[in-house]
Amino acid sequence: MAQVPVTEGVFTWPSESPQLIGSRCVTCGNHMFPVQQGCPKCTGAETAEVLLGRRGTLWTWTVQGFPPKAPPYAGDVDPKTFKAFGVGYVELPGQLKIESRLTEADPEKLKIGMEMEMVIVPLSTDADGNEVVTFAFAPVA
Amino acid sequence: MTTEVAIVGIGMHEFGRTEGVSGMDQGVIAVRRACADAGVSWEDMQFAFGGSMAAGAADTMVSLLGLTGLQFINVANGCATGGSALFSAYNTIRSGVFDLGIAVGFDKHERGAFRVNTKGSGLGDWYGASGLALTTQFFGMKINRYMHEYGISQSTLAKVSEKAFRNGAINPMAWRRKPISEEEVLNSAMLSYPLTQYMFCSPGEGGVALILARADKAHLYTDKPIFLKAAVVRSRRFGSFEVLAPSIALEHNAGPTVDASKAAFEMAGMGPKDMDLAQLQDTESGAEVMHMAENGFCEHGEQEFMIQAGETEIGGKFPVNTDGGCLANGEPIGASGLRQVYENVLQLRGQAGARQVPNDPKTAYTHVYGAPGISGVTILSR
Repeated sequence: MAQVPVTEGVFTWPSESPQLIGSRCVTCGNHMFPVQQGCPKCTGAETAEVLLGRRGTLWTWTVQGFPPKAPPYAGDVDPKTFKAFGVGYVELPGQLKIESRLTEADPEKLKIGMEMEMVIVPLSTDADGNEVVTFAFAPVA
Repeated sequence: MTTEVAIVGIGMHEFGRTEGVSGMDQGVIAVRRACADAGVSWEDMQFAFGGSMAAGAADTMVSLLGLTGLQFINVANGCATGGSALFSAYNTIRSGVFDLGIAVGFDKHERGAFRVNTKGSGLGDWYGASGLALTTQFFGMKINRYMHEYGISQSTLAKVSEKAFRNGAINPMAWRRKPISEEEVLNSAMLSYPLTQYMFCSPGEGGVALILARADKAHLYTDKPIFLKAAVVRSRRFGSFEVLAPSIALEHNAGPTVDASKAAFEMAGMGPKDMDLAQLQDTESGAEVMHMAENGFCEHGEQEFMIQAGETEIGGKFPVNTDGGCLANGEPIGASGLRQVYENVLQLRGQAGARQVPNDPKTAYTHVYGAPGISGVTILSR
């Protein structure tokens, strides 16, 4: 089964070490995600594409306990098979905090400050039978 | 010299679920009730500001109320739609353009958590597809971090809900009118850790209308004018942590609520200690806790003691969300901020019935917060 990213331009794929694609302000150095023109920090209008770090620490988290509405959600929404998933903000040192799915959904195993690493996870299967993938962060073992 | 502004008439359509009555019809009923309260007719209105998120363009309600030719301006400002309508009406009178007008908000939402329009919110389709476009997640993450930093317990979150449903039970306009115990709140379904089902409000239905007049003419309409001392709306600054944000800055900013609150107190020439009661945005119970501090009513972390000691109950030192808040009333976006002001007018008139705050309150505060990082504050006094 072929794998396709949920969208182009948000993370590098295919790749052995995928990275999120962000922007960096040419004027003040502020980092942004996803890619955007214009800097919310200094109001500068010029930004350049930058690949973001793959590791950081968990700044906060929750667990999505019920199936999201579809659309927009592309994953499993069948209440019988839906699996809760973690969501959090991961602080990438010197850059910014990224909102992301987490591979861990057990509140006992999620701790603010824990080390996290970016991974690619399956999300759904599209009409052509391809596996659609998106990014997530996983606890560093 | 600017003109002072008074609220001289209030009207509300019951919040909750009203089958067979459109959101706009609920707005129309609220307008008629506000006119009756002020002893005026729709023909007397010189201007209107109105809005809804999901129930149609407010200005089309003139075909139901009467085509009088008045200036009617639609307001669409997310969760601060009602607050923005009131801000606009307030300044229209303050500037001397008109003497008498109305702010109206109404809505009717589908059941369940809000379905986020990612494109309309400036977000890519991948964001919703990946399971991140839920406002509920933000609230779970914000309070989880806050509990970690300031030592707020889950019991305190549950007590906020328990209070909301207890106050809702004695509010004839509320949606949720059955008391729910702290234990039931804690044992309900975990929707977005650490928040359970009964810690969240639900999108709902309802309408509220407020009639405003020049303060020096208020006696023509009411013997109990309530003066609008401040109405402020603020958006977010760089570094604040807001709903539906794919990323946030490393720098921390306290957010739009702190800015709106400070500006409102400055405008009114008062401070948090001068307020006798408050209605604070309680999209979920953690929001009420955090907003107590963000609006200046306590230091971060003091809520744990205050709420456990019952200080925010109707009979407590500083009553918060006396009408049951969003938790017991639900959240019809267009009407929600005006519902808070409606309740404060009742409290300051001494007309809040079973939930009347004792000792004759003289000042009252409202705060609304919502996507994409916007806060509205009002200060009322007798």
